Amino acid sequence: MKLIYHLSQIRPSDQQLVGGKACALALIAQEGLQVPRSMCISTDAYDMFLDETGLRAQVLMEYHRKPFDQMRWEEMWDCSLRIQNMFAKTPIPSELAAVLMEELAGSFDNMAVAVRSSAVGEDSASTSFAGLHESYLNVRGREEVLEHIKLVWASTWSDAAILYRNDVGLDVESSRMAVVIQELIQGQESGVIFGRSPIDNTKAVVEAVYGLNQGLVDGTVEPDRWIVDRNSGRIVSHRPAQREKAVVPGFRGVRVIGLTAEQREKPPLTRHKVKNLFAVERKLAGLFGSDQDVEWTYDGSRLRLLQSRPITTKSADKDTDDRRWYLSLRRSFESLVGLRTKIENEIIPGMVADVASLEKIELKRMTDEELATEISRRAQIYENSKKQYWDFCIPFAHGIRLFGTVYNRNVRPENPYEFVELLSGADLQSVKRNDKLQQVADMLNEDKRLRRLVRSGKLPEESRFTREVMALADELRIPLPEIISASQLQAKLLELIVEMADRGGGEKQRKGRAKPGLERGFLASMPKGSRAFGLQLLDLARASYRLRDDDNIYLGQIEKRLLDAVQEARGRSAAVSKIPSDLSLTDEVAKCLTNPNYRPQIRRSKPTEVRDKQVMPRQLLGQPAGPGLAVGRARVIRKAEDLFAFKKGEILVCDAIDPNMTFVVPLASAIVERRGGMLIHGAIIAREYGLPCVTGIPDADRVISTGHNITVDGYLGIVTIERKPT
Amino acid sequence: MKSRADLRGKLKDLFDKQRVGVLSTQQRNRPYASLVAFAVTDDLKSFVFATPRTTRKYSNIMSSKRAALLIDNRSNRMSDFRRAMAVTAVGTVRELRKSGKSRLIRLYTDKNSHLEDFIKSPTCAVLCLEAETLHIVDRFQHVVELHLST
Repeated sequence: MKLIYHLSQIRPSDQQLVGGKACALALIAQEGLQVPRSMCISTDAYDMFLDETGLRAQVLMEYHRKPFDQMRWEEMWDCSLRIQNMFAKTPIPSELAAVLMEELAGSFDNMAVAVRSSAVGEDSASTSFAGLHESYLNVRGREEVLEHIKLVWASTWSDAAILYRNDVGLDVESSRMAVVIQELIQGQESGVIFGRSPIDNTKAVVEAVYGLNQGLVDGTVEPDRWIVDRNSGRIVSHRPAQREKAVVPGFRGVRVIGLTAEQREKPPLTRHKVKNLFAVERKLAGLFGSDQDVEWTYDGSRLRLLQSRPITTKSADKDTDDRRWYLSLRRSFESLVGLRTKIENEIIPGMVADVASLEKIELKRMTDEELATEISRRAQIYENSKKQYWDFCIPFAHGIRLFGTVYNRNVRPENPYEFVELLSGADLQSVKRNDKLQQVADMLNEDKRLRRLVRSGKLPEESRFTREVMALADELRIPLPEIISASQLQAKLLELIVEMADRGGGEKQRKGRAKPGLERGFLASMPKGSRAFGLQLLDLARASYRLRDDDNIYLGQIEKRLLDAVQEARGRSAAVSKIPSDLSLTDEVAKCLTNPNYRPQIRRSKPTEVRDKQVMPRQLLGQPAGPGLAVGRARVIRKAEDLFAFKKGEILVCDAIDPNMTFVVPLASAIVERRGGMLIHGAIIAREYGLPCVTGIPDADRVISTGHNITVDGYLGIVTIERKPT
Repeated sequence: MKSRADLRGKLKDLFDKQRVGVLSTQQRNRPYASLVAFAVTDDLKSFVFATPRTTRKYSNIMSSKRAALLIDNRSNRMSDFRRAMAVTAVGTVRELRKSGKSRLIRLYTDKNSHLEDFIKSPTCAVLCLEAETLHIVDRFQHVVELHLST
């Protein structure tokens, strides 16, 4: 077993031991081209770490919690977070640490280094792990370097890397990671050379920024771009960047600084340097036998090659997979701050203004033709809002994940979801609505006469209670497939309010719980000089957490205004009343209104699959999404009416719940959801009320029936069905 | 394992590959477990096994006919936690009449030919666990029940 390789010792046959990146660097150095001083920690060290600590078995057990093809992208992130946290918590065995320490001292002393991934199978002609594993710049001190080696090892199990390995058919279970430790070159200009443009085979691309390459690679800094003709070596075009900032080494890690006036005006490379870089790429292409994607930096006039990888020829064929879309949601802190500004200052005020203006319109006064136009207009407003939700609100949820990653990396908690404790209690709109509902229920407890009246299904005329109930009935019209009439909804709401009154006050709620200890612990764990950033990140994550729930409430309000118009049409046209309440059918509704002879085109819905009663799921594995244990009667939510039938102490079981439906949660003793993930709405609201929650139970609303006695183990993510429905 | 046909296929495969299971019996609150060679019918309802009449398991069965038989494919490696499958058949045991024509006894000797002399012994009983339910566990904690009598 050889744990350390210096570049001069690496041969092409050592790929399995040193990974693709180290192998390429060794070949470049052996050709006499300039690379930073580097050494490689072999995959044997990775294996030793996994085997001597028992981590391998833990990791594989977690990875196999659910079959890969049944995991949603959010569950993959959760799975990856749990695995990476196992790495962070596990110390490197002392014998291995001693060997690494000694080599690090001998090669780099206290020099600033880059700690880079070099996975086996990485950077071959058919696969490229570019951007999937972690690399860290400006790491100083042997202890710190050891910790960062562990972080690179852990990144073998990043969600992106797991997904990519599955896509290209690599064996995830036997993935191995080597690590390159490289002297940090504080280059003044850095960039990449792409030996063959992805758009035009006859061209190469050179990109450059001031400072370190990281700004370009993670998208923080916009690069200048030169297109070079591959045949002649002639520069075909230069697209200057909006030059504003650069990434440079900080006290530890990197920081972003503004450019000087001179740098803003001047491209980071001269034409001569661009041509020189293209020539270097050609040389490397000859050496490796394929076009190369090269990272480089200029330290003064000295060019150093940081890494070189072949341009991948094979790509995953599942481009339409939503998990692939999910990977595009990764955002830097700066980009998330921009998203937050847009959501808080434009998108939500825009939705609120739309709702206010729609509320003023008196639909009843409209002619059929006007109503048809109004339905189409509302459908368009709804579609636009939904698009903004997907384009801006969903990606902003990555703020929670970014915070989780930083928290776990620094605090190394036992529970990988401890960070969520710092985000919950964020005054969610859904919780405020639930508070209002409870306050109305409390009125019944304070007034026996009122309680008797309401229990008999009546509402007192001209009372505060009645006004509040009417307002809530409007707020709780749930955008679900079937429509309940206003009077039906009111009656059902009264039943629910009586149930809530019986339950008593909101003692279960944990809203606003102070977590000063956790917050102090997090800030103290941040490297010196980064505490202000820690506070900003926490603030961003809290906004991300709050908005993840709230933006659905705002979108739901717009949806309701569209439903109002459709409901008005139902009252006017017999043909419309036959159209299922599906918002994708609003065009058909409008056509029926404008043309009395029009017969709507309605597709028959797929028949519900009948479950085999001989095969009874007994114990189902999902994701632990809210700690705690609950036993109770299941209430399966398949349609809006099911929500209003909710009884105190029941366990809410659903396919997917959104914040417009979570008003029954204060009555629930636990939540089970088919959609998986720690940050789905069911999990968020469960945390607000301190309820056990398990998500990611396949077919939850089909394999569990209302009346089943079930046990929800929110610690282990297990749901047990105790017996048949009563 | 959603479809019954898929599930039955997996179970048949497991039962064909495994020769020995763990039989659980009890008498007067004294539980007991023992290894037995078994064979199972295609409908997965009848699990045939044999034991000398002098054994504790036989005595237990004579006292209480309710029993369970665990059949699994563990390999005694860490990967068992994610790859192993275990099935517990729960039901009632009855003793079979030894006859060359018995379909169940032939099933047993076809699979366990090395035990033919063993079961011919007058002191050996051939028994059949008529299973009502199969409890199937895979992926460490994922449990499904197959109800055979409904």
